Amino acid sequence: MDLENQRRVKEIAEKNGAENIIVVLGGAEAEAAGLAAETVTAGDPTYAGPLAGVQLGLAVYHIFELKDQVDAGVYDEQISMMEMVLDPEAIIAEVSAMRKAHSKYGQ
Amino acid sequence: MFPVIKGAAYTLFHCPNVLIDHGTTQTVERDKNPASEYLKKLPAHLRSFADCVAYPPNQTYIGALAAKELDAIPKPWYQNGSQGASRFAQYGEVMPEDEFYGVMKLVDSFDLVLLEAEFASEVRKKLEQHPAFQGTDLSKLQKTSDRAAIKELVDAHIAEPLRLGDQLVGCVRQAHETDKALTAHIIFENLAAMASAVVSMRQLFLQSGLDPKQVDYIVECSEEACGDMNQRGGGNFAKAIGEVVGCSNATGSDTRGFCAAPAHAMVVASSLVQSGVFKNVVVVAGGAVAKLGMNGRDHVNKNLPVLEDVLGGFAVWVAENDGINPIVRTDIVGRHTIGSGSSPQSVMQAIVTDPLDRKGLKITDVDQYGVEMHNPEVTVPAGAGNVPEANYKMIAALGVKRGELERAGIMDFVAKHGMPGFAPTQGHVPSGVPVIGPARDAILAGKIKRAMIIGKGSLFLARMTNLFDGVSFVMETNPGFEVAKPTGIDEAEVRKLIAQAMRAMATSLAEQE
Repeated sequence: MDLENQRRVKEIAEKNGAENIIVVLGGAEAEAAGLAAETVTAGDPTYAGPLAGVQLGLAVYHIFELKDQVDAGVYDEQISMMEMVLDPEAIIAEVSAMRKAHSKYGQ
Repeated sequence: MFPVIKGAAYTLFHCPNVLIDHGTTQTVERDKNPASEYLKKLPAHLRSFADCVAYPPNQTYIGALAAKELDAIPKPWYQNGSQGASRFAQYGEVMPEDEFYGVMKLVDSFDLVLLEAEFASEVRKKLEQHPAFQGTDLSKLQKTSDRAAIKELVDAHIAEPLRLGDQLVGCVRQAHETDKALTAHIIFENLAAMASAVVSMRQLFLQSGLDPKQVDYIVECSEEACGDMNQRGGGNFAKAIGEVVGCSNATGSDTRGFCAAPAHAMVVASSLVQSGVFKNVVVVAGGAVAKLGMNGRDHVNKNLPVLEDVLGGFAVWVAENDGINPIVRTDIVGRHTIGSGSSPQSVMQAIVTDPLDRKGLKITDVDQYGVEMHNPEVTVPAGAGNVPEANYKMIAALGVKRGELERAGIMDFVAKHGMPGFAPTQGHVPSGVPVIGPARDAILAGKIKRAMIIGKGSLFLARMTNLFDGVSFVMETNPGFEVAKPTGIDEAEVRKLIAQAMRAMATSLAEQE
């Protein structure tokens, strides 16, 4: 995950309380989305950014997992094309595995 | 009349030592952790020049291997190098690092590049034999420095090193004692961008027969910025490049827009030619040193060669319509506007389907799309996926949503209207422009009729806006010049004909009487 985004996530979690934050990912690739999920739960696995060694345990979901929570029209306009392009099953499997293993606030 | 694309040149520069010393992934790592495991392992993952030349995607970039042939080569491509590959091909070349250092010296107007005498002499001999440098002035390579003086400057941190393995063969000095826009690091990046652009221009002249003196205007579109502390991006690379390559009748300017800049530059160049302001415009860009080894950490971790070991350059000649070369349809220009929205869907719609809709064309009416042509062998191990394939799928998915394609036909569309990624991850270089050359050839050969070139840019990286950007244009078969038809009827001629007819009638009536 981009170092600047790590800094922003850390700052928002500290300011608002980790239990009040949900991170919504839009990553296009399973491995990268999984790494992002790992970063905001167990800490930066590359030990390069502000979340290195910081276990925020945030609730983290990929937008594909939240389809039922989003207005159908908005989802169709913003996401449906990418649903055809990417591999939603692989992305969901990777992100949900990270969440189940390391998140304190998400299921 | 629409302008035409009369030539395109593509160049690569194998720079493993520049990668170690000056690529940002490596410089940041060295600053943070000088004893880094990554930096220790890195040299063992660098390729030889021969391996870099034989690497199939590089052969495709310089025009020796068609994209379809590349697709047929088994992966990993780095283990299946092209046998007997040459560094020179129809679009340009792969230049080795020593010659590249020599060109950096040739483009330097302020004695900022110092080269060691023996090294400079060897390079001079090589460039004398180089097809694109024959007959050019190489005298700057006779002005040399001794190794001790070079080492002193590098040790004092007022010059950046030019190394070949363990040997220090030269350096690039800072251009000012206190100006942060003229540090040795920035001067190094700018002279490297300029040198690679100069080779690209010379290759364009060589391949296309364009006389440098015919060039009216140059649009430079790299990702670097030259200036001083009072105007950090003041410019002007274009004119500096033109000066070196003998475009004495040209002026020029720099166009920026992250990776979308080349597509913007092509629209600017085409408009200048179509409006009649200039007859011959060259769009050119050199390479980005910072991006060398950008994903090196992932490549080393996955035990791959560090594949981002090349700088990339290109040059395209846009000219007045000659009735032969492919036209640029300036009436089918796509653009992501400020109000377009940032979802991938709205971006693709703005760049791809909105311009086609204006002319009643369907997605499938474009035979070949040139998207972000990043080599997937570089990006997939770094977690960025197969970028061109994802882009082709996006265009197809948009077609499905518009009812122009069946969902089951997405991969067929990708195979038919796309190509595998073959360009180095130099930012501006993969973005659509590598397809201009192959598309031009395919159109001239009658294999395809229409190609769309798409450039996309991540403007948010500059922290000035959250906006994304994208521009596209269409290349098409030249319909040729139509035979001139009469544009109107001569009024005097008509009067004469009527008068003759009336006289004839009057005569005939008189005879009847």
